[in-house]
Amino acid sequence: MSEEIGAGRPVQIDTLLARIRQRPPGHIVGLAIFLVTLVAAFSILLPSRFPTIATVQSIMFQMPELGLLALAMAIPLISGGLNLAIIATANQCALLMAWIMTHYIAADAGSGAIAIGTAAALAAGLVYSTLIGVVTGTLVATLGVHPILVTLGTMSVIEGGSIYLSRGNIISGFPDAFQWIGNGTIFFFPVPFLLLMLVAGGVGLVLSRTSFGISVYMIGSNIEATRYSGVDTHQVIVGVYTLSSVLCFIAATLMMARFNSASAEYAQSYLLITILSAVLGGIDAFGGFGRIAGLMIALVVLQVISSGLNLLGVNQHLIVAIWGFTLIAVMAVRFFLAPLIAGKMRRQ
Amino acid sequence: MRDFLARFTGRTEIYLAAVVLVIGALLSVLSPYFLTISNLIDLVETYSVTAILAMGLFVVLVSGGIDISFAATASVAQYAAAFAGTSLGWPAFVCIPLGLGVGCLLGCINAVLIHFFRISSIIITIATMSVYFGLLMFVSGGKSIYTLPDWLTTRVVFYESQMANGDVIRITLPILVMIIAVSLTFVLMTRLSAGRQIYAMGGNPEAARRLGVNIAAMQVLAYGYLGLMAGVAGLLQAHRVGEAVPNALVGHELNVLAAAVLGGASLAGGIGTVPGVILGIILLAMLQNGLNLLGVSSYFFQMVIGLAILVSTSITGLSSRPGRRRARPGEATGAARV
Repeated sequence: MSEEIGAGRPVQIDTLLARIRQRPPGHIVGLAIFLVTLVAAFSILLPSRFPTIATVQSIMFQMPELGLLALAMAIPLISGGLNLAIIATANQCALLMAWIMTHYIAADAGSGAIAIGTAAALAAGLVYSTLIGVVTGTLVATLGVHPILVTLGTMSVIEGGSIYLSRGNIISGFPDAFQWIGNGTIFFFPVPFLLLMLVAGGVGLVLSRTSFGISVYMIGSNIEATRYSGVDTHQVIVGVYTLSSVLCFIAATLMMARFNSASAEYAQSYLLITILSAVLGGIDAFGGFGRIAGLMIALVVLQVISSGLNLLGVNQHLIVAIWGFTLIAVMAVRFFLAPLIAGKMRRQ
Repeated sequence: MRDFLARFTGRTEIYLAAVVLVIGALLSVLSPYFLTISNLIDLVETYSVTAILAMGLFVVLVSGGIDISFAATASVAQYAAAFAGTSLGWPAFVCIPLGLGVGCLLGCINAVLIHFFRISSIIITIATMSVYFGLLMFVSGGKSIYTLPDWLTTRVVFYESQMANGDVIRITLPILVMIIAVSLTFVLMTRLSAGRQIYAMGGNPEAARRLGVNIAAMQVLAYGYLGLMAGVAGLLQAHRVGEAVPNALVGHELNVLAAAVLGGASLAGGIGTVPGVILGIILLAMLQNGLNLLGVSSYFFQMVIGLAILVSTSITGLSSRPGRRRARPGEATGAARV
């Protein structure tokens, strides 16, 4: 990538930004073709059960949880890092909010008291997640150690703290209005899906249209060069992990509303799946490249595979294995197509 | 003697050894039971499986990669050997090599994918972990095998002795296997040309390649060795608990990684020693055992591990800044690194 940019001709900043926004070319298109093929295949195999409103709606209900957590993973990945503490952060925020809701909203409270209690819980969750993010970001930025290690440490501390404080118990019983976030629909669209689209749209805009977002991509490509070009990399990294934590808070809110409970041990199996979906969506594991749109398509691909195979009666564990196969296959295809695409770009 | 000392000054192992000694002294003052031979031997046996896995992972870390799939590999190897031993009724001399071979093979598959597709090792091993573990749970139906053959579950005691205070100490099979695994890894990484080539590859893959190191072969060796160790650990785990549980080891990947990293193995590759990793495991084992003996809630233990990781990485990070040692890993060759 660096050879192309420094190939002896002056590069306008617009061209540079366009290149950042475009890469990796073809991946999103390829993934979209794969998605269409999958949908077509399942529709042929299950003509009466797959292409139905109910399937679409169930996909829309199931996707957002993983989707929000994958967004929380994607931003650090683009910055060249990783946040292993996302699930732990989400669960701890959920426990905090659940504790506030169950302790400060009386069983016979009026709607005003419920609204105030819920708002207080959400505010506390937001503040707490921001705090975790700032601490994590500061550690990553100042220590100069690989974020895998830092967030492995913070993950253990946060998760251990949650288990210690909750004694492994589940906290449940939230107001009906709150549960609407997880289970309601507006017209045809499930609320969780609308929430995901809103958040993903926002994150996508921040990454592609703000100076903070461009700095995130640049840090992912080459942090030293970014620092020498006058970007306060320390501040951007703190921002990256804070944004990641706040997304965990949103995921936590959604999980609480959907399950009507909070626990230190929910969604543990999602941790590595979030990385898998981000990479499937074309986000470079070394950082610097990838778009939120690609991640969203990858999430739909995974969910379509899961729903379709479920309808075919395939075992849930086999579905996870097939997700793994899908990632390897997509990487292999990309590996074989990469020289072709690179050649085409150079000719342009 | 001075040369001997000079080799160790300023290295992670020295700080770690000091920390281990201080904590050990503290615990032996606080709990009279801590520094008894029977407690220490129990501790060694409890951590034998972790230590064997950490040895394998250490080799991969030195080579400049990372592997998340080894716990799944260990489970598959364990299940394959247990299934062959019970349902098929095959004898021990077939089942044990079968388990080890399966582990080794799965490790080699990782290496081949990482090397030939030039994909980051963390991504590939997350994918293969999903594949290995998903297929294992599918094939086994998530059911444990409880009726293991006698050759697998019979306790093997090599040395037994009764102490003056009535405690019985036993040197059992897991301890012996662990010692063999540690020695083997030590010899491989310090005395054999292949081990030195793995260090060279982890330090700078492009330089190693130009020096004539066969990168593909070294990748296969590193990941295959981890696979083999995972197979050993899987069989030993079944031997210790007397049953083959498909998901018993999965979920402990990050603990093993923590032990290796505490011991000074760098995720950037090329750095780390066997004694360091052993010290890392001793530290974790001592903390857990000590907190137990002191009656501290076991819920608290995970937080302590996390703090230990943060503190130790902070110390090494602030003192040496290994992240700035060279350009972004993997840029020169696109080789698989984290």
